[in-house]
Amino acid sequence: MRQPADELSIVGKSLIKPDAFSKVSGQTKFADDLALPRMIYGRILRSPHPHARILRVDTSRARAHPGVLAVLTGDDLPIKFGILPVSQDEEALAKEKVRYVGDPIAAVAATDEWIADEALDLIDVQFQELPPVMSIEQAIAGAGEPIHGTSNVHKTVALEFGDTDEALRAAAHVREDAVFFEGSTHLPMEQHAAVAQVAADGKLTLWTSSQTPHYVHRALGKVLEMPMSRIRVIATPNGGGFGGKSDIFAHELVAAKLALVTGRPVKITLTREEVFYAHRGRHPVLMKVKTGFRKDGRITAMQFQSFLDGGGYGSYGVASTYYTGALQATTYAIPRYRFEAVRFFTNKPPCGPKRGHGTPQPRFALETHLDKVAEELGIDPVELRRRNLPKPDSRTVNWLRITSIGLEECINKVVEGSGFLKRRTSMPAGRGLGFAVSCYLSGAGTAIYWNEMPHSEVQLKLDRNGGVSLLCGAIDIGQGSDHILAAIVAEVLGVSLEDIQLTTADTDLTPIDLGSYSSRVTFMAGNAAKAAAEKVRDRLFEVAAKALQCDPDELIARDHRVVRRNRPADGMDFAQAVQLAEAQDGLVTGTGSYTPPKLAGPYKGSGVGPSPAYSYSAAVVEVDCDSRTGEVRVPEVWIAHDIGRAINPMLVIGQVEGSVYMALGEALMEEQSFRLGLHKFPSLLEYKSPTALETPIMHTYLVETIDREGPFGAKEAGQGPLLPVIPAVANAIYNALGVRIDEVPITPDKVLKAMNDRSKRVGPKSVPAFDFPPLINADVPDEWKGK
Amino acid sequence: MRRRVAVTINGAKHEHEVEPRLLLVQYIRELAGLTGTHVGCDTSNCGACTVEVDGHSVKSCTIFAVQADGAEITTIEGLAKGSTLHPLQQAFWDEHGLQCGFCTPGMIMAAKQLLERNPNPTEREIRVGLEGNLCRCTGYHNIVKAIRCRTQGAGRRFLTEGEVRWRFHN
Ligand code: FES
Ligand code: FES
Repeated sequence: MRQPADELSIVGKSLIKPDAFSKVSGQTKFADDLALPRMIYGRILRSPHPHARILRVDTSRARAHPGVLAVLTGDDLPIKFGILPVSQDEEALAKEKVRYVGDPIAAVAATDEWIADEALDLIDVQFQELPPVMSIEQAIAGAGEPIHGTSNVHKTVALEFGDTDEALRAAAHVREDAVFFEGSTHLPMEQHAAVAQVAADGKLTLWTSSQTPHYVHRALGKVLEMPMSRIRVIATPNGGGFGGKSDIFAHELVAAKLALVTGRPVKITLTREEVFYAHRGRHPVLMKVKTGFRKDGRITAMQFQSFLDGGGYGSYGVASTYYTGALQATTYAIPRYRFEAVRFFTNKPPCGPKRGHGTPQPRFALETHLDKVAEELGIDPVELRRRNLPKPDSRTVNWLRITSIGLEECINKVVEGSGFLKRRTSMPAGRGLGFAVSCYLSGAGTAIYWNEMPHSEVQLKLDRNGGVSLLCGAIDIGQGSDHILAAIVAEVLGVSLEDIQLTTADTDLTPIDLGSYSSRVTFMAGNAAKAAAEKVRDRLFEVAAKALQCDPDELIARDHRVVRRNRPADGMDFAQAVQLAEAQDGLVTGTGSYTPPKLAGPYKGSGVGPSPAYSYSAAVVEVDCDSRTGEVRVPEVWIAHDIGRAINPMLVIGQVEGSVYMALGEALMEEQSFRLGLHKFPSLLEYKSPTALETPIMHTYLVETIDREGPFGAKEAGQGPLLPVIPAVANAIYNALGVRIDEVPITPDKVLKAMNDRSKRVGPKSVPAFDFPPLINADVPDEWKGK
Repeated sequence: MRRRVAVTINGAKHEHEVEPRLLLVQYIRELAGLTGTHVGCDTSNCGACTVEVDGHSVKSCTIFAVQADGAEITTIEGLAKGSTLHPLQQAFWDEHGLQCGFCTPGMIMAAKQLLERNPNPTEREIRVGLEGNLCRCTGYHNIVKAIRCRTQGAGRRFLTEGEVRWRFHN
C-alpha cells in the first residue's frame, strides 16, 4: 500500500542515526577492539613470490620459539573454498602453489604479535619460482605454467540478443572505441580483523569485520568440517567495506582453526599491507565498444567486449565478468546487443566487487564513447542520451525488467544546475565540463546459492511497554542500514526510533540476510522489515478494534497510539494494544521475509544483472586542468540520483557524496598496479586517495520515483552515484583540453602525453585477438522483436 | 629491557612496565583498554589514532609509549561529560559527519585542536587542518560542516522542528 509522503512521520525525514552516539564517543567495538581473557594473537606468513611452487614448509624452528602456541600449514586446512559455488579454488593456507605476492602459506599463534612475527621469520619455505603472469596480454600469450588447471582463462561469456552484425551494417553511423580501466582497491579505514573463541563444549564463535557473515558461516562449516549449528558468526560493525569485506578471507578461517587447536581465543588483525593483498577490488578491464546509430542518434545495435584481469583466484569473478556487460541497456534502449567477455587468472591479489561491482569499467567505456559519437553526429551529448532513454516498466533486450526510471529528471537537474549546455562552449582556458549517466541494481535478483528461500528475513518481538526488538542478519557497514531498518519498523508501528532495539548480523540470534553487498539491504531487508511490522500491526489492530468496537481498517498507528483514523481521540496507547494482544494469545512477534521476483531471462548467464529495481544517476563534473603539469583538479560536481524514495534524505546524500568522492579517487589517482610481480603502492603512504582538500563542492539532487517494488518506494543509494562521475571527468578533460584519456586513472603524465601526442589521446589502440566461444543466440523479449 | 611508563589518560592514572618498542597507540588501546583510538595504517597517514598529548594533537602511532612518560593524554573517551557529548561530538552526530565511524575519533580530536588554535576557521582552513586525517566514507563535506556548525553555533540544516530525534537514553 502506497502512502502519500505527508502521511509518513519517520520515513522521508533526515533523522540522525541511532548508532552514531557510540561512534562519536569512541564506544563502538570494531573487531580489533575486542579483547577476551587469555586471548592470543595470530599472524600469517605470505608469499614473497607472485607465482611459485611450494616445495617444502619447515615449521620446526617456529614451533620451538618461546611463546608460540601453534603453527598451521596448508595440511591443517586442506579443504578448498570460495565465495561462489562455481569457484571453490582457494585454500586458507596454500599447499602446493602460491599465486600472488601475499598469498597465505602458514600461520602462527603466539602470546603476542611480536612473538608471532618473529616466529613467521623462523618458518622455512622452499619455493620453485615460476614465470608470473602479470597482464591480460601475458595471460593470453599463455607462456609458462598456467596459474590454475590447464589455461589462464577463468571464464568466458559470449551472448547475442538479435543479429547485431546485420543491425550494424544497416546503421547510418558506426563507431568503435577501446579503453582501459586500471584496478583500484576499497581502502576501508578499518583493517580487516577477526577474533575466534571456542567454548568449553567445543562451540566456535567468530567475530569478524565482514559484510557477509552468512557466507563466512557457510565457509567455516565447510573448511572446518563442523556443522553450522556448532558455529556462530557475529559481524562486528564494519569500519567501511565498499565490497572489500564481502568475501571469505584466509584470516577468518585461520583464526578459527587456531582457536580450535589451542583452545584459546585468537585474534588476527591484518596490517594495512595485508589489506592490499586481501583486495577483491576493482578488476582491471580492457574493453571495446562498437555501436551503430541512426541519423537521428538513436542506437541500432551494440557489441561490447571485456577482458578482465582477475588476479590469482576466482572470488566473485564469474559474476564480475557478467556485470561488465549487464547494465548497458538499462540506461539506453539498445535493440540488438552482443556481449563477449573473458576473465583471466593473473599473479596478482584476487579482484572482486568494489562499489559498482563490474559496472564502473563498462560505464566509463560507454559514456566516453557516447560523448565522442555525439560530437561526430553533431548532437549535444545530453540530447544524444535523451533520444535513447529506455521506458519505465519495460524489458531491456537482455531481459532485465525495469520498473521506475528517474533518469530524465536526473539529467535535467544536473544539466540545469550546472548550466552545462551554455557554459561548456565558453569555458575559460583549462576549464571543462563533462556529462555522463548511469544505472545500478537495488540488490542482486538472484542469490549466490540458488535456492527458493528468501534473501532477507526480519523478526520482531514486542515488549509490554511498547518496545520493539528487531532482529536481522544485515550488518551496518556505515551505510546506515541499522537506521533504515529501525525507521521502517517505527513508521509502520507508529512508534519512535528509540523504541526499536536492534540485534543484527549474529548467526545464532538473527534470521538470514545475505549480506551488505550489491546495494541490497535497504531494498530487501527493508521489505522484510516492513512485512514483519505490518504483520504485527495487523494483529494489534485486530485486538484494538475489538476493544474499541470498530473495524480494524479504521485504525492507524501514530505517535505511540492506535487510534481511529477519523476520530483520533478514540484509541489506546500502543503499549496497551500490545498488552491486550499478549493477554489474548501470548507473545507478540512477527516475521517478514523478502524473496525477489523471479526475473532471470531465458538464457544461460541470465542470473547476473536482474534486480527488482534499478537506481539511476546523472553527473556533470567541472575540471580545472593545468596544461603545464597535466594536473587535473575538480572544483565542482553536480550529481542527481533517482533513489525511488529517500527513507532518510540525509543518509542518502551522505552515500551520494561518499560515492562521488570515491569515484574521483579512482578517476584521478587511485590504482592497484604492479611492477615485477610486486604491488607498487601497498601502503597509505604510496596509495594516493583524495583528502578533504581535494574533495570538490558537490550539488546533490535526489529524485524520487516511488518504485512499486521498494520499501516505501525506496531504491539503492550506496553504489550507483559513483558510476557517472568517472566518465564525466574524462569527458570534462576533453572539453577543457581537447585530449582523450581513454584510460583510468587519469594521471598528470597521461594528460601531458596526450597533449604532446599527435593523436591527442592516451589509451589502448585496440583489444588483443582472442577466440571467444561461439555466441549463444538468446531470444529477444517480444517488445524488441522486429525492431 | 622493559621500562616503567606512567601517564594520565582522561584524568585517570595508568602505570605499566612496557617494552620500549611499544607505540603509544598500542599502549592506549591494549594496556589502558581505550579502544576508541583506532589504527588505520602503519605509515602515519590516516590520522585514526589522533589523541591529545599535553595539549597537542598527536598521531599516537608516531611516538613510543615511553616517550609519553609523565604526559597528560586525552582520548575520544575523555571528551563527553557523562552522557553529555562534547559540542564537536554532538556536531558530528547532528550533521551526519560520519558513516562507519572509524575515522571519527581521530577526526574529532584533530578538529578539537584545530579549533583551539583557530576558533573561527574558514572552510579552507578546516580542510587544510584535516589533511592528515583520511575518511573513506563521507567525502568529507559533513565533517567540515560539523566543524563549521560547531564554530558558528548554526548548522542543523537537516533537522527541522517537530522531527523526531534519536536521543541517548541512559
Ligand atoms: S594509525 Fe594511521 S596515522 Fe596513526
Ligand atoms: S566515516 Fe568511515 S572512514 Fe570516515
